Amino acid sequence: MSKIMNMCDAVARFVPNGSSVVMGAALESLIPFAAGHEIIRRQIRDLTLIGPISDMLFDQMIGACCVRKVIAAWVGNVSAGLGHNYRRACELGIPQRLEVVDHSNFTVSLALLAGGLGAPFIPTYTALGTDIPQTNPTFRQSLSPFGGERVLLVPALRPNVAILHVQRSDEDGNAHAWGSLGVSEEAALASERIILVAEEIVPRQTIVSDPNRVLAPSFKVCAVVCEPGGAHPSPVQGYYNRDHEHYHEYHSATRTAEGNTEWIERWVAGVRDRAGYLEELGQERWQALQLKGHRFAAPVDYGY
Amino acid sequence: MDYTPQEMMVAAAAREIRDGEVVFTGMRLPLIAFALAKTMHAPAAIGLFEAGLMRDTPAPELLYTMGDPPNIAGALWATRMINTMGLLQQGEVDLGFIGGAQLDRFGNLNTSYLGSPEAPKTKLPGSGGAADISSLSKRFVVIMPHDRRRLVERVDYITSPGFGNGQGWRQRGGLKRGGPSAVITTLCVLGFDPSTGEAVLRSYHPGQSVASVRAETGWDLRVSEDIHETRPPTAEELAIIRRYDPQGFWTR
Repeated sequence: MSKIMNMCDAVARFVPNGSSVVMGAALESLIPFAAGHEIIRRQIRDLTLIGPISDMLFDQMIGACCVRKVIAAWVGNVSAGLGHNYRRACELGIPQRLEVVDHSNFTVSLALLAGGLGAPFIPTYTALGTDIPQTNPTFRQSLSPFGGERVLLVPALRPNVAILHVQRSDEDGNAHAWGSLGVSEEAALASERIILVAEEIVPRQTIVSDPNRVLAPSFKVCAVVCEPGGAHPSPVQGYYNRDHEHYHEYHSATRTAEGNTEWIERWVAGVRDRAGYLEELGQERWQALQLKGHRFAAPVDYGY
Repeated sequence: MDYTPQEMMVAAAAREIRDGEVVFTGMRLPLIAFALAKTMHAPAAIGLFEAGLMRDTPAPELLYTMGDPPNIAGALWATRMINTMGLLQQGEVDLGFIGGAQLDRFGNLNTSYLGSPEAPKTKLPGSGGAADISSLSKRFVVIMPHDRRRLVERVDYITSPGFGNGQGWRQRGGLKRGGPSAVITTLCVLGFDPSTGEAVLRSYHPGQSVASVRAETGWDLRVSEDIHETRPPTAEELAIIRRYDPQGFWTR
């Protein structure tokens, strides 16, 4: 059954107000900016955002008043450092107060892994001695019943929806993703449902030709959105490179709340969809991010 | 020979990498330090990137983030973060690099909150992988700018544990290993006294002095018995750094 729909419908149907949403699961690459921008355009409210580092997508959504709570290891702008909207929300309550539940990259990975395993929690040694357990009230410290050593217990996260950008998918949501995957698999398995945003839709035969590259079980996928360029300014291996300059421009532009409003108006509210965004970006700039060359993998033989 | 403070820091960071080590390479300057060490003295070093990558060659061009496509091209392993972090927790990682907004006398780092977490004066981005690298690697090296506002008596919040309030603190808290081995700043290199866990001035960069470093440090910084000037980057090291970062994006 085809799950193809446009971004507008996917967000309207599957990201209601108050949802918990994983985004940016692959860290600096494959960030679903197009989906985040549609959430901003539709003025979805009271979201809980979950992710390891999110790069500047979480900052944008916080600045656009979509977010009530962040469960993450890092919120900022990987190229430029601090996220101005995150700072304004935490320090001044602008545009609104934000609840922050601190994690490290490892603990957020473990929380999603536990969710995907259907396990209640996972013990770890990481972050013992840090102040993170003080600003994450969900953690517990305990002694291992086996060796008696101190452990941090990280409870499972079960997000409502994971929004994952992938290279290619078939219309049922059987998808291939490659590169460094971060917590993409854990996020997919832990979440109740998955929205896939794909650079291209391919025949089922392309996917089943290489089942080891499939990201997640398609029965969890509720929507497949074909959105070429949907991860810009983050990179998609084999499709386009990272637009480093865009991160610096955002950083400068959003230094003030007024500047942020202008930025959102230009790049999000003032464009209809991702195609409109890429038009605003301009052909020349988009061309400069295209591949300098191909590096195809050797085919694998699934013969029997 | 003319060079920038960043080039001095990259050269000093590269010298912390020993041949054959497994290194969590982190972001920004350590990415260049890894490329430099691989070329100079540590050809068998392995780079692990927490997002889920392993390399035994430097990336073919300058990296701005660990997830840049050139870093994935030619990688030995593209995988999930849980696997790189799992190796870290097992004790398979010799050295990790992290940055810091605030560092204290015992090498604890804060990248989370200036002021109180309930009403922060400044909200910093948070841990990322830094809490994990500092908790679980066999040793870690900090790279940061040096001034009195950053090097303080006591951090406001421990994002990444150093030696806590002294030697033995990590073990008492449940950490099995590790701790900071060096702090490379714009002015100097700090080491740590193994008996107390306290930072000591190991070397000051050319143009600096014991007095100038102490003046920019927010506690009464102790000085190592074999204090010396940091060896400046050689012409060969500078050539490699500049070949890798020709526009000076990170190193100018």
